[in-house]
Amino acid sequence: MALVSIRNVNKVYDGGVHAVKNVDLEVRDKEFMVFVGPSGCGKTTTLRMVAGLESITSGDIAIGDTVVNNLPPMDRDIAMVFQNYALYPHMSVFHNMAFGLKMRKFEKAEIDKRVRDAAAILGIETLLDRKPRQLSGGQRQRVALGRAIVRHPQVFLFDEPLSNLDAKLRVQMRVELKKLHERLGTTAIYVTHDQVEAMTLGDRVVVMKDGVVQQVGEPLELYNTPANRFVAGFIGSPAMNFAEVTLSGANGKLWAEAPGLKIGVPEPLAGRVNGHSGKATMGIRPEDLHVAGPADPAELCFEVEVEVIEQLGSEILLDTRAGNSTFVASVDPMLRTKVHERLKLAINPNRLHLFDAETEAAI
Amino acid sequence: MIEGAVWRKWVFYNIPLILFVFILLFPFYWMIITTFRPDGELYRPWNAVNYQPFWTNNPTLDHILYLFEETSFGRWMVNTMFIAAVSTVISLFCGVLAGYALARLNFPYAGGLGTAIFVTYLVPQILLFIPLAEIIRNYRLGDTPWALILTYPTFLIPFCTWLMMGYFKAIPKELEECARIDGASRFKAMIYIILPVAVPGIMSAGIFAFTLSWNEFLYALVFLSSPEQKTVPVGVTSELIRGDVFFWGPLMAGALLGSIPVAIVYSFFVEHYVSGLTGSVKG
Repeated sequence: MALVSIRNVNKVYDGGVHAVKNVDLEVRDKEFMVFVGPSGCGKTTTLRMVAGLESITSGDIAIGDTVVNNLPPMDRDIAMVFQNYALYPHMSVFHNMAFGLKMRKFEKAEIDKRVRDAAAILGIETLLDRKPRQLSGGQRQRVALGRAIVRHPQVFLFDEPLSNLDAKLRVQMRVELKKLHERLGTTAIYVTHDQVEAMTLGDRVVVMKDGVVQQVGEPLELYNTPANRFVAGFIGSPAMNFAEVTLSGANGKLWAEAPGLKIGVPEPLAGRVNGHSGKATMGIRPEDLHVAGPADPAELCFEVEVEVIEQLGSEILLDTRAGNSTFVASVDPMLRTKVHERLKLAINPNRLHLFDAETEAAI
Repeated sequence: MIEGAVWRKWVFYNIPLILFVFILLFPFYWMIITTFRPDGELYRPWNAVNYQPFWTNNPTLDHILYLFEETSFGRWMVNTMFIAAVSTVISLFCGVLAGYALARLNFPYAGGLGTAIFVTYLVPQILLFIPLAEIIRNYRLGDTPWALILTYPTFLIPFCTWLMMGYFKAIPKELEECARIDGASRFKAMIYIILPVAVPGIMSAGIFAFTLSWNEFLYALVFLSSPEQKTVPVGVTSELIRGDVFFWGPLMAGALLGSIPVAIVYSFFVEHYVSGLTGSVKG
């Protein structure tokens, strides 16, 4: 068990690509930390630097109290699960799991015990004599996990381990991973491009883009108070609605205006706007929009035209348009409406976000 | 497989296949029939009444006996086997290591070096044998098996290196990375993980190298002179074609017996061979 600290780490590839820029964060002991971001954002490179599979251009990575910058992977006391499982095709499941222990010269009895324990935890005792090619995708995934846990490493590293599984199995393995982490309590770093995985698995989540950390925080923190427009749009499904608005004061009130749209910005958000330029991006999540009723004040309402109706059963997603901005609203499944119908939507004033038009940082 | 009407299957699949097999196997059939045909039938003119080129009613072992009693065919077989085996082992050893290095170790100019090795494979033997003859003479290796054992790798190593390089590149990098995280050094990861996975590739490189050296003609002709030292291809052609007289029966017998070891090697490893060349790694 150990904390992992990543201090001002940079990675510049030989071709000059600056893949990871000044990443500085700490993974706490026993924490499940998820790195999430679009492909090419540097999350996997960061993980591979922790693993020792990529060299560090500058900065320090420490596992526990040891700076591991120049240690080979074998001496870092880590275990890694790869996206394509990387099972050794010529070895049985048992030997796949035992390989790491054999390389570390464990005694035969101990190897046997550890492999069988791990197999029992993962429910693969009956598969120990099989070869990887005789296993299904989910079973291979379990073997790959088993190979990591037999070693009792200080840190688990996961590189998109679920992305080769079908959707149903992915959800199931996600739950099992979470349980496994609770049971073992080992520090874990998990890389994924799937924000749902990040939200459900992570104790804390790191959002990255273009090699730069955008925000680090607990899942709900990222969801409720995104640091910038990128995080706001990346976390949450369906994604947050954005509209380019102009901010102006009139009658002692701050208004956010766009064609077909005029919203009174509520306090305390309005108070924070001071000093920002007239242009801004307004953000509101689909579930914070509802069909306006008599109780909703007019300054929080706007008229839209329904373009697409997506019936999901538990909710309806309305794809609507107001002027040149589009809004997806998650509304009551009992609502009856038609395409091209005009209706009024109201926003939840406490959940409105504004982002600076230039820096894209949250206001 | 072609689906649909039976005639389609015959026209597009069965008939072309049968034609192909016929064309490929006919020379072998001709070799076999000539081996067992007595001389009297062999040299019968085509317009004779009892001319029957595709069959014989009086099979004989005379030609095979002639081969073993009147020539050093047994010696030639042993020579060829020894030379082919040793040069294959040398070339495989170098080829596997070089292929691994070029495919996996990111050292400067790896790409250029790979191309350079390939270019040496493209130099025609017919040009290379002149300088090689000089070298062989200087080291006093002429007319010994070592003349061939040491020259065959000049074309076998580039070939093995390239075949293995392609095969190693097809093996997922994660396998090796995982092994290294599991506690194996680079060398151990190669021995325990990469080489076992690459066995089909190594086998096909080996079979190819063996066949190439078994059939090699030019160097064997140039570097060996005494009948005792010759290999099968050179021995058969130089001892059984005297002037413009072709001893067709023993010639064909020699060709037939000479192709048997290669056929055996192929049939044993054919599955590995196919998966080695198509580069499929099942994970």
